[in-house]
Amino acid sequence: MNAPGEIEATKWIGRSVERLEDPPLVTGRGRYAADIAFPHQLHMRVVRSNQAHGKIVSIDTAAARALPGVVAVWTAADIADVPPVDFREGRIERLEPWRQPVLATERVRYVGDPVAAVFAEDPYVAEDAADLVTMEIDELPALLDATAELGEFSAGRTSEPTVLKQGYGDVDAAMRDAHAVVELTLSVGRHSGVPLETRGAIGRYDASRDMLELHGAAKVPHRNRDLLARMLKRSPSSVSVHEAHVGGGFGIRGELYPEDVLVCVAALRLGRPVKWIEDRREHLICANHSRQQTHKIRAAVDHDGRLLAIDDEFWHDQGAYIRTHATRVAMMICGILPGPYRVGAYRSVGHFRLTNKTPAATYRAPGRYETTFIRERLIEAIARRLNLDPIAVRRKNLIAKTDMPYHLPLEVLGEEIHMDTGDYASLLDKMLAAADWDDLQATLAQRRANGELVGAGLAMFIEKSGLGPSDGVRISVDTSGFVEVVTGGASIGQGFETVMAQVAAEVLGVDYRAIRVIHGQTDRIAYGIGAHASRATVMTASATHNAAVKLRAKALEYAAGMLQAPVEALAIVDGRVVRTDGGAGASISASMSLGEIAEGLAPTSKTRGGREPGLSAEGWFDTKHQVYPYGTHIAVVRVDRETGGVAIERYIAGYDIGRAINPILVKGQITGGFTQGLGGALYEEFVYSERGDPLSASFADYIMPTARETPAIEILLTEEAPTPLNPLGIKGAGESGITAVGAVIASAVEAAIGKPGAITALPITPQRLRRIIDGK
Amino acid sequence: MKPAPFHHHAPTTVDEAVALLAELAPQDGRVLAGGQSLVPTMAFRLARPAHLIDINGIETLDRVAVENGKLVIGACVRHAAFHRPAVDGPLGELLGKVVRHIAHYPIRNRGTFCGSIANADPASEWCTLAAALDAEMVAQSARGTRVIAAKDFFAGIMSTALAEDELLTAVRLPLLAPGTRTGFCEFSRRAGDFAIAMALVTFRIDGGKLVEPRVAVGGAEPHARRLAEVEQALAGKAPSTAAFAAAGERAAELIDPMEDVHNSAQYRRDLVRAMVRRALEQAAA
Repeated sequence: MNAPGEIEATKWIGRSVERLEDPPLVTGRGRYAADIAFPHQLHMRVVRSNQAHGKIVSIDTAAARALPGVVAVWTAADIADVPPVDFREGRIERLEPWRQPVLATERVRYVGDPVAAVFAEDPYVAEDAADLVTMEIDELPALLDATAELGEFSAGRTSEPTVLKQGYGDVDAAMRDAHAVVELTLSVGRHSGVPLETRGAIGRYDASRDMLELHGAAKVPHRNRDLLARMLKRSPSSVSVHEAHVGGGFGIRGELYPEDVLVCVAALRLGRPVKWIEDRREHLICANHSRQQTHKIRAAVDHDGRLLAIDDEFWHDQGAYIRTHATRVAMMICGILPGPYRVGAYRSVGHFRLTNKTPAATYRAPGRYETTFIRERLIEAIARRLNLDPIAVRRKNLIAKTDMPYHLPLEVLGEEIHMDTGDYASLLDKMLAAADWDDLQATLAQRRANGELVGAGLAMFIEKSGLGPSDGVRISVDTSGFVEVVTGGASIGQGFETVMAQVAAEVLGVDYRAIRVIHGQTDRIAYGIGAHASRATVMTASATHNAAVKLRAKALEYAAGMLQAPVEALAIVDGRVVRTDGGAGASISASMSLGEIAEGLAPTSKTRGGREPGLSAEGWFDTKHQVYPYGTHIAVVRVDRETGGVAIERYIAGYDIGRAINPILVKGQITGGFTQGLGGALYEEFVYSERGDPLSASFADYIMPTARETPAIEILLTEEAPTPLNPLGIKGAGESGITAVGAVIASAVEAAIGKPGAITALPITPQRLRRIIDGK
Repeated sequence: MKPAPFHHHAPTTVDEAVALLAELAPQDGRVLAGGQSLVPTMAFRLARPAHLIDINGIETLDRVAVENGKLVIGACVRHAAFHRPAVDGPLGELLGKVVRHIAHYPIRNRGTFCGSIANADPASEWCTLAAALDAEMVAQSARGTRVIAAKDFFAGIMSTALAEDELLTAVRLPLLAPGTRTGFCEFSRRAGDFAIAMALVTFRIDGGKLVEPRVAVGGAEPHARRLAEVEQALAGKAPSTAAFAAAGERAAELIDPMEDVHNSAQYRRDLVRAMVRRALEQAAA
């Protein structure tokens, strides 16, 4: 124990401490969806459409029903009272007709569309029975191109449910008066997050308590509880949703899908728990796809390359139905496209189009990955057109530090954009220095002169993070001094528990390993918004901070009385309240552990006085605005002229996080994000045949980068612009690694092959690049 | 991802295996060796064999030996057996060079050399090697044993001269003469993926000239094969950048590439041109 005057609390925030989550995960004691089992459970297998578009004439389930071990086989007619999967954020009446039914009703609209569900005693029997379900479908033409002529979704409804618009200023006037107008047509390929753990859902109905449980949830358990309750006409408090370990989320896992609804309805009606574990093929053709868009974009510029106006029209390929996110991704595209640049006037028009492909929604950095590619391509084109250095064009247009907070009359996730803090130019300078940019360019030019195809690219972006509006956390200390932090957040593997524990430990003066963090359990806390939109650390950690501050105050107030010391003279060190002023009694004998305080505050304690029982506190954090971190990426690539293959020679990801709670976890997020970004830039694409058959339905055909394709990257993590919008200055980290990867690799490849403007689409597959190099 | 029901048979001798095969092959029976192609196909229910004749318990098939100037590879020998030279000299080195391109370590620990040959995937590295070296396939059935030359063995995409009741018990590879140089190059989207094109070459250099050049191409056509015309053009020439480039060019013209939604015929030609040239340069280096 330290002598009086030397006592200092251990600081946990800002340290790269080891993850609390890891011991069970690395010793095979984790509990993923497939590990969850209940006595007498049934197994569900979904029968899916093998046609992209058609009218359902008949479905024959007789043979499947007759198979021993089969308990039920349902088609849409059996659950006619169950509505289509609704929107997560509440009703949007005008979009309702395009929602996905839990089981297809009159038409099938993509290969993989659930048509029937088999419930059987074991998963093998379920799959055998599913094979026996036959269907007659009158094939309809498959609409596969969101830029093609509109098709018919259903009688009287087209394949364009809505057109989204955002903008400000007089774009047409700016275009008319501009020194130059630069126009591009660009597209981003269809790909998505593909977590190692496929989806899983286990429905269970406890008739003794009239409670419906859904296990295997992720990301937004509370939202899904409310949504399920609404769809199944149950009171929200009679539904509980539970998150176990989650093997990757990336935005796509954890949304409410037809299968989640099916296991719940089946558990209620069949009176037995129902388990469904998605297989990989199902995952690749049924879980949300993302990203696919085509943009026609114009920029009006003056002779210095200043952005007078941007006019963007795009076609968003939503796939077959509107799922839980409604139009979120496309609306985000409209709002976030200008990025870190000041744009005089702006207009974005998004055609929200349905096609006969897997429905699409959010994937890590939704809207930002796409728009960063589009916008940074545009900047490069402007520089080319005006014969300016692209970095100079960026500098000319960057929103300055002195402009902060910078408001835009555009919205992202239902909130106006208020960039809180940032010094984009400073990060750019640091990145150019880190890359030794001028020397790098000289070296690359020399290598190109020697016949190599090498080049460097740079891209800038803003992120948005910390979606509110509110998070609450309840912290309690038990009589042993162990701390429990109950959150409405969710852990998709990002280190949520560790980060929350670090923040609580910092305030409470305890070891972060003496803290248990609860997440994703709707029966433990009434409210929660979960883990998405890079929000968990910003929102839940801020609430944790606020709750910890209250709990600390309560502990000190009680201890002050017991220790006969002023509150200001007390601190909590290693879980004990001690005197820090060297005053009378400032020794170990006159300290109190948090456990002893918890005992003293027990309802039955004589020393509790009039205080609320328990050493516990609830804290809330409310915010009106998201926070806007920002980044710059630099890539150096080498292209194989003969094969079209691209190798990443060097990659630097620069990012301003505001304040890093755990730097190594932030870097882990950036590294993982980068790898996924690399997938979208060079490898991953959901390809369809002309008839709409998915051709990327296994890991042999849906090509994700592995360790062999992924270079070690350099990360420049800065803390120049903490936000004033939350107590710790935190900005989000979850999506920053992925945002600019497509953009920066496109620029680097173009520089390598010496064909400016040649890259107009992602992914840059070897075959496509080979064709570009050949000029065909 | 659960296979359709099947019966599993586990013979412990080749005689027992071929007897089972004679009986069960007509009833949709298949041989199971390493299972690295068959089992995933069954999981997708694209293959639904009614019977699996599992040869993994036949100890006599798990051996590699040199007999009569040939390396004899039994039907249960795993890819991983070739990570270290299975035989001294250029053949062992070549096998070691090629095996690293076959999928990933866990697959190499389970999948078998002969299984790859019998499966005859167009993108199989071993099939390309077998074609290049004129391997001999030993096929045994209840009716007897025959030896099939590589040029007669591969018939098309995943199609061979094996009869349905025949078990490929071994593949024989001729040992390469001392001083034989070898080269192998392939292009796949990712390390370990099915190659879109590959080339395997061998030659000796005698008096500054290329002697007995062999050039085989895989992955680009329905089955791997030697390109005699390219070999003839190289024979007797001095190894040179120009000669190798011309060989690549000629190889690209000679092949009749497969075409699919992922890869055009033109792209496969481009890759064959590059792979042949690079394999030759690698061998000459």
